[in-house]
Amino acid sequence: MSEGIAARDLTRPDYLQYGTTVRSWLTTTDHKRIGILYAVAITFFFFLGAAAMALVRADLVTPSADLITNDQYNRAFTLHGIIMVWFFLVPSIPTTLGNFLLPMMLGTKDLAFPRLNLLSWYLFIGGGLLTLFALLAGGVDTGWTFYTPFSTLYSNSHVLLAALGVFVVGFSSIATGVNFIASTHLLRAKGLTWMRLPLFVWAMYTTSLVMVLATPVLSMSLLLVVAERAFGLPIFDPRSGGDPLLFQHLFWFYSHPAVYIMVLPAFGVVSEIITCEARRRIFGYQFMVYAMVVIAVIGFMVWGHHMFVSGQSAFASMVFSFLSFVIAVPSAIKVFNWTGTLYRGQVRFSASMLYALGFVGLFTLGGLTGLFLASVPLDVHLTDTYFVVAHFHYIMVGGSVSAFFGGLHFWWPKITGRMYSERLAQFAAVSMFFGFNFTFFPQFVMGYMGMPRRYHVYPPEFQPWHVMSSVGAVVLGFAYLWPIFYLGWSLVKGEKAPDNPHGSTSLEWQTTSPPPRENFDRLPVVDAGPYKYHPWHSTPDEVEQSHRPQLP
Amino acid sequence: MSSDIALHDPFEEPARQQVAVSFGMWSFLATECLFFAGIFLFYANARWHGGEAFLNGAGESAFWFGTANTAILMTGSMAMAIAERAAKADIVRLTRWMLWAMLALGLLFLAVKGVEYRKDLHEHLFPGPDFKLDSGPAEQFWAFYWAVTAVHAVHLTIGLAATARLLWMDRHVSLHRHHSTVMASALYLHFVDIVWIALYPLLYLAGRQ
Ligand SMILES: [Cu+2]
Repeated sequence: MSEGIAARDLTRPDYLQYGTTVRSWLTTTDHKRIGILYAVAITFFFFLGAAAMALVRADLVTPSADLITNDQYNRAFTLHGIIMVWFFLVPSIPTTLGNFLLPMMLGTKDLAFPRLNLLSWYLFIGGGLLTLFALLAGGVDTGWTFYTPFSTLYSNSHVLLAALGVFVVGFSSIATGVNFIASTHLLRAKGLTWMRLPLFVWAMYTTSLVMVLATPVLSMSLLLVVAERAFGLPIFDPRSGGDPLLFQHLFWFYSHPAVYIMVLPAFGVVSEIITCEARRRIFGYQFMVYAMVVIAVIGFMVWGHHMFVSGQSAFASMVFSFLSFVIAVPSAIKVFNWTGTLYRGQVRFSASMLYALGFVGLFTLGGLTGLFLASVPLDVHLTDTYFVVAHFHYIMVGGSVSAFFGGLHFWWPKITGRMYSERLAQFAAVSMFFGFNFTFFPQFVMGYMGMPRRYHVYPPEFQPWHVMSSVGAVVLGFAYLWPIFYLGWSLVKGEKAPDNPHGSTSLEWQTTSPPPRENFDRLPVVDAGPYKYHPWHSTPDEVEQSHRPQLP
Repeated sequence: MSSDIALHDPFEEPARQQVAVSFGMWSFLATECLFFAGIFLFYANARWHGGEAFLNGAGESAFWFGTANTAILMTGSMAMAIAERAAKADIVRLTRWMLWAMLALGLLFLAVKGVEYRKDLHEHLFPGPDFKLDSGPAEQFWAFYWAVTAVHAVHLTIGLAATARLLWMDRHVSLHRHHSTVMASALYLHFVDIVWIALYPLLYLAGRQ
């Protein structure tokens, strides 16, 4: 191994040594570097969004308003929502791990449009700056949903700036989506047929389809809000016959599929981790692929479940309710298949595996509570309560954020060329699981008991649950901050990573760590499907132990 | 044919690279379709509920301006189509002339649109306190009119910028070797034209006997 590193240093620089000035980073078209630029940007936004929520959770410890005013409270949770959805969750996995790994898993040098990729980062930063201006100018109080007529006619906050920020960042999503779709179609290595693609590639592909088809509808609905607010065009204004419900339809036509923009990439990451860390071929590969495709398609047909109490027709509610139950089927298939993959596997409880297993549990709980909300009579009771808040946090935070951290740990040696302390990372993964449940499980209970969301002052009988939730948030905050220390340490003092520390069969591990500028010395040729962890007709305990010894 | 195009990273084969740009553009046009679908849905909803009053509002639009602009934009579209074919066949002079024609006709469209806007404003057709007609569905029509024509004009401006870029490239390199770029710009402009074809009846023919 050490000879390998020495020999590598003599032959060619890796992508990190390919230019070290700030300028070389800001003008790079290397997909790996753009992934890192994105990682820096979304980390900033993640901690900004988390800080807003810290303020809210601190305030909710007592039933009365003693830390911040009503107005500040509204602005804090709006900021949290807008930042977390559009500046962290939507871009999180695709733009960082996706950017870095997609070309490597396809066995090519770069994405199809490298300059478009860089442009998408600048659009992201541009949209982020507009939103930050909105924040510095005094914030927004509409909630992340920008519902009309409040956002267009009544709100006194900086709706225009924030809406334009989200509008701009939408184009960054679209650019990434177009780039990923074109790359997957046109740049697969020789022999890499569609049914040989790793599930992570399928996840990126289906996510990109949703990005390309859903995001523009959000762009248009925000543009109409801007037209009404800035120029007084009575588009959604009921006084001139406008329909505020039209905005909700347009908004949720994007924002429900957006849930899948956030969670499909997580499916991809978790599939890669589980199959490698259990030394097991993925169970039901084709089912996994078709499940993602079906989720991407049906995801477009369920938006009305956000509007059961908005006055849509009973017939529409019935149809949307039915379709929302239907979409649980492919999600359940995925959960069963991950479990099936573990069966007779040689499971290694590394940090990334702990995150992935946490994902499966939390995603399942989030999905099952989603069925409560898909059922019309229960939803009438639960709409706008903390039950809804808990449900989508189980999907987006328990699910997507766990998967993001899992993927970050799993591919860290490849991306940075350094190893991190496995023990400390395992501690972080376990803390995140506990902190998360500690924060959000009480919200199911108080939501069911009737605690409405977005309320600043609440009846005292809910206080114990709020206190539990806030204490859990402290644990969760620790679990988010802790990796900064050991991953930061790994960057400075970490042991050099071997090329394939997990013994993965995936293409990205078959090159050096970190990879060269061109990813591979010679473009790979593929002659079989992914996940060749054991022969087809035997289980891993019949083959030799293939794990490297686990280092603390 | 495929041997004389400029190959760049990450492509290994010219044939792949050639389809890439138009493939990317088609994907982007799928985005654009859904973008415009949002505002068309607004129109459909407002017209369905607005009935007579909505159509009365539509009757105030400047029919001749709209018709003239349709003719102008379609002619520009034809010029662009010829330019794309000419670039493919490497007829340099024709390509250049047709790109200039597209640019000129596009600018003419925007100029006519500007004059039309001035007339509309003069007649108090901008929704607000001194709106010419009753507030209500007629205002909805004009909200659509202003929003959608502005969005369309922005799209056309981007298309014209792409045309100008092609003319700029033409000074240094052969557009034949960069045919896929010409093709992508042409696709985009044709899309903008198709949107206008859909808008013409909605804006200028609705509410007229
Ligand atoms: Cu939904």
